[in-house]
Amino acid sequence: MSDDILVMRGITKRFAGVTALHEVSLTVRRGEIHAICGENGAGKSTLMKVLSGVHPHGTYDGDILFEGESCSFHGVRDSERRGIVIIHQELALCGQLSVAENLFLGNERSRRGLIDWNRTNHEAQALLDRVGLRENPTTPVNDLGVGKQQLVEIAKALSKEVSLLILDEPTAALNDDDSQHLLDLLDGLRAEGITSVIISHKLGEVTRIADTVTVLRDGRTIETLPAKGLSEERIIAGMVGRDLEHRFPPRTPDIGEEVLRIEDWTVHSPAQPDRVVVDNATLSLRRGEIVGLAGLMGAGRTELAMSVFGRTYGVGVSGRVVKDGQEIDTRTVRGAIRHGLAYVSEDRKRYGLNLIEGVQRNVSAAALDKLATRGWVNENEEYTVAERFRKSMGIRTAAVSTPTGTLSGGNQQKVVLAKWMFTDPDVLILDEPTRGIDVGAKYEIYSIINDLAAQGRAVLVISSELPELLGLCDRVYALSEGRITGEVSREEATQERLMQYMTRGQSS
Amino acid sequence: MTTKTAPAPAAAPPASSRRFSINLRQSGIYVAFALIVVLFTVLTDGALLQPQNISNIIVQNSYVLILAIGMILVIIGGHIDLSVGSTVALTGAICAVLTVQWGLPWPVAVLLTLLSGAVIGAAQGYWIAYFGIPAFIVTLAGMLVFRALTLTTLGNQGIGPFPDEIRSLANGFTGGYLGNVGLGPLGGADLVSLLAGLACVAGFGLSQWRKRAARLGYGQAVEPLPVFVLKIVGVAVVVMAVVVQLARFRNLPWVLVLLAALALGYSLMANNSVFGRHIYSIGGNLQAATLSGVKVKAVTFWVFVNMGALAALAGVIFAGRLNQAGPTAGMSFELDAIAAAFIGGAAVQGGVGKVVGAITGGLIMGVINNGMSLIGAPSERVMLVKGLVLLIAVAYDVWTKRRA
Repeated sequence: MSDDILVMRGITKRFAGVTALHEVSLTVRRGEIHAICGENGAGKSTLMKVLSGVHPHGTYDGDILFEGESCSFHGVRDSERRGIVIIHQELALCGQLSVAENLFLGNERSRRGLIDWNRTNHEAQALLDRVGLRENPTTPVNDLGVGKQQLVEIAKALSKEVSLLILDEPTAALNDDDSQHLLDLLDGLRAEGITSVIISHKLGEVTRIADTVTVLRDGRTIETLPAKGLSEERIIAGMVGRDLEHRFPPRTPDIGEEVLRIEDWTVHSPAQPDRVVVDNATLSLRRGEIVGLAGLMGAGRTELAMSVFGRTYGVGVSGRVVKDGQEIDTRTVRGAIRHGLAYVSEDRKRYGLNLIEGVQRNVSAAALDKLATRGWVNENEEYTVAERFRKSMGIRTAAVSTPTGTLSGGNQQKVVLAKWMFTDPDVLILDEPTRGIDVGAKYEIYSIINDLAAQGRAVLVISSELPELLGLCDRVYALSEGRITGEVSREEATQERLMQYMTRGQSS
Repeated sequence: MTTKTAPAPAAAPPASSRRFSINLRQSGIYVAFALIVVLFTVLTDGALLQPQNISNIIVQNSYVLILAIGMILVIIGGHIDLSVGSTVALTGAICAVLTVQWGLPWPVAVLLTLLSGAVIGAAQGYWIAYFGIPAFIVTLAGMLVFRALTLTTLGNQGIGPFPDEIRSLANGFTGGYLGNVGLGPLGGADLVSLLAGLACVAGFGLSQWRKRAARLGYGQAVEPLPVFVLKIVGVAVVVMAVVVQLARFRNLPWVLVLLAALALGYSLMANNSVFGRHIYSIGGNLQAATLSGVKVKAVTFWVFVNMGALAALAGVIFAGRLNQAGPTAGMSFELDAIAAAFIGGAAVQGGVGKVVGAITGGLIMGVINNGMSLIGAPSERVMLVKGLVLLIAVAYDVWTKRRA
């Protein structure tokens, strides 16, 4: 047996005339953690789908050697039988079923066609212990947080006698604690001899945990590097094909008067009305200013934003929203929009876009009245508006009528931003504006945010990526357990300092 | 006219294969309709297109088509309405009570009936929009409740006969105000009907031309001129062919005039009004619409109010046609209306669909009904074919979407 558990050679995969993978090669050594990095659309997920049999043998060119043997998988079951298990970004768990039922779904512990519940729960407990998840196997998966659900997925993979574990963006939805736990777990699995391949946008994690890094760009293998001593900048250089010394576009802030002030803002959870989610928060924004809102997952960032924007979250909301010195009514979304507020949600597919309609109808959605006279929409004006945003924001689409569901993440985000820019807001709240967007498109989004501020609007950026807040914002508030625990200016802000504020008051 | 369009195909740009395939997907329903008409014309030796039969198809299907217009809006909004059949029965009964028993003048009675339909829609819309119960459940309950109320109102027997005006709304024809003109071998035809048909065609052509000119003015892509002309000519030929046949028989059915007005008005509303756009955005992505400031609850509520009012209109016409309000009126009309909407290209998830598509879907089923009964097929076979057509239409839609 050779040292290489997996060799993929000359993999070429075409979709209806588009070459997604071009002669891609990948060699994974036994027992290592191998990271695959690349922009969105670089071909990472496609490569993993070829490997796991989602794209069956015959639909691609090239060879796959697993454990030294040539493989021709015709489906996921084939690859799983060989010990290759893939965990997708969107978790594939049945929320209503218990942890144990999920672990053995499709692989039930049964006797003569009936489920052997004792054995199911007993073996489930053993698997949970192995991944360090202290939960009862009979708990419904819905009752667990995303981080724990991710562990259930890994436990499920372990139940299948996995020898090669593939994780697609495992930590994208996790907070730092859960991410750390997951990475520790992968470390432990490595010690047990399980090989892992992780696809990740979080380069800090990649450099920390991986042994080897393979960079893909535009469907080609660019380079494979040992991770030891590798810098994030070095990986980014390979991913984007240019030296990204400046990840953030330059900007000279021109900050004016205070435009919005949120005072003594308190919000309760709709699920548990006695639980305080946002606790007496006060923050202010000035014209032309980009302000960050930092916080760990569950700190109440999105809840704060959505409760201000038309009470779209929360019950028992109290506090004042003051704009230009006057208290305003933001109890309805229409009221918030009328007073010049805009909220770009963290989940653009669920909350931002009508994916079956084109750019044109999405851009107009929040301000259709501006294009209408007496209730009738002028579609030609609407088209002109959409074309204007398409050009000014560089939205890459075949036509403004192309359904937005077919656009890339970065372009979708531009459409959502265009929708809110068309309402001509004074204050924009951007919730995770660059989540799931590749490095090149991030730069474009940052430029748009800078332009918005330069036009005299105030921008509140909510982000889980501290470097993003540091690179973009004039001022950053830290939120912890619903309370504003700190406020630092651009000059004083460091990741360490923010992290201190963000964890203040926790478990005390 | 024909000499002018003759050089058109040569002038068409060569690289239009992609445009053509897109056109085929959007116009698949119309192509299917044309093929079905041709098929039954052949099978019935032309009886399908005889003047009287065309008139019958329109009159017999008018109420389902009216329901389909309301239903497509409900479905675009991501809901369903199972109660419209019972609403047709109940509103027919209400209309009968108002006219026959109470002796109210017919315009007042019709207006009150439409209002009662709107109230029925509002009652259901409240539970759906403001209380958050799925439309499937609310309207399933409504289906039972309104049928029960019909039986209570009618005391398990029919009420009739209706005033002549209501009967002629359902069954009658426009008068021959200007007499007949000779059409050579086709014989005499009503001049008013022909002029109305010509006016419709001219209006359609003119509005399409102005729309095209406006789009060009804004620098938008438009279909090539030959395709545009061909489309207008095609519509004109079909409309005039139908009108000529009707003019040779007994002039235009009043329900056709009504249907044409409804189709035009509701198409405009769906495509070009803020309200119509909001229905599409709610069906396309409810959360995104909410966060964009669309009054989701109000829009949903009014969509159901509208459905109720249209069901009442269908109820009046159906009762007028039978000249009696009966306890079993409107049985399974909801299924015909829903099938029409889905054959016409609506999506189960909502957000997609066109008023004209739903009407075409309804006509497809009407022609199948009529054509099969002309060739003497038993009703169970008609049902079988209609079921398969529904399945195939939606399968085609799913298939084209997957390919795209």
